[in-house]
Amino acid sequence: MSEPIGITLIFIGVLFDLLGCIGLIRLPDVYNRLQAATKTVTLGTCLILTGVAVASGTVTIQIKAMLALALVLIASPTAAHALARGAYSLGVKLWEKSVVDRYGEDLGKEGEDEAA
Amino acid sequence: MTAYDVTFFALLGACCFLCLYRIAFGPTPPDRAVGIDILGIVIVGFSALSALITGKDYYMNIALAWTLIAFIGTIALAKFLEGRSYDE
Amino acid sequence: MRWAWAFVLSFGFWLLLTWPPGWQELSVGLVAAVVATTFFGRMLRLKTVRRLFDPRRYFWAICYVLVLIYRIFVANLDVAYRVLHPEMPIKPGIVKVKTVLQNEVAKTVLANSITLTPGTLSVDITDDGYLYVHWINVRAMQEEEASSYIVGRFESLLRRIFE
Repeated sequence: MSEPIGITLIFIGVLFDLLGCIGLIRLPDVYNRLQAATKTVTLGTCLILTGVAVASGTVTIQIKAMLALALVLIASPTAAHALARGAYSLGVKLWEKSVVDRYGEDLGKEGEDEAA
Repeated sequence: MTAYDVTFFALLGACCFLCLYRIAFGPTPPDRAVGIDILGIVIVGFSALSALITGKDYYMNIALAWTLIAFIGTIALAKFLEGRSYDE
Repeated sequence: MRWAWAFVLSFGFWLLLTWPPGWQELSVGLVAAVVATTFFGRMLRLKTVRRLFDPRRYFWAICYVLVLIYRIFVANLDVAYRVLHPEMPIKPGIVKVKTVLQNEVAKTVLANSITLTPGTLSVDITDDGYLYVHWINVRAMQEEEASSYIVGRFESLLRRIFE
């Protein structure tokens, strides 16, 4: 009985993964790519792991799937912050149609303070 | 292997190729790092699916270890990028 | 006391990682937990452990997880729409928001939640409680307005859980 539910969850998860990877190709700059890819691929992988836990009858696989789900949910946003910060401090510019950049303004102010 | 399994593996393989495209042709270094990060998470889903289909639980151990190692690798890449200068 | 808790927590985590337990897993796990406790036990705070035994916090945590799951689904449908739309209706920018949370763990959870919810990605945090957030579709540039859009919906629940 639980097998069809698990297969459906896995199917939705795989579709979200694919959408995230299409976003990774289509969007214009690092920050937008990071946004789309992190969100959708995290949800997609979590759905796949939930589906595996539901469809599989083995307790070992279920425990480990839940543990991997928690780890992915903690690790992937943290990795995204680190990459965004690293990209900004490397000097990668925002897309030219971006409307506002408070981070750059504030960093520029601090730099002037230190120079003065 | 049923028709479902083949479809899932084909779609996840397509995801991996899209990530590899970004790693190969990403215009800036952080783009490549993003590709590596996402590829790691996709592979966790891949090996969880393998565990379901073959019924062998050591594939779940691979998924767990891959989660932790991909996370540490991405943090290391981000620290490596930070504090360097890059001219377009 | 602190060291005992660190040992119990790391040994429990090891048992979950190497399920099902046998004598080989248990013996290696004892050594690994002792090593982990020796190096990282001083980072554990007893206040954090005491919070584990407060049922009200669990209630709010479950509420928070439900809200978060709903938000994550909305976020993903939103991103899917933007990615698949031929003209890509995005308007990105980095805005600055203020949070009233003091606890470090609460701030971390807040930043991770922001990353997982509609169109926002936290970039950096300052010591006096400001977050810089990359927003894929900027709707408010001023600090107060942006704060109520991005942070407002999580802050009250997080304060109940962690403070």
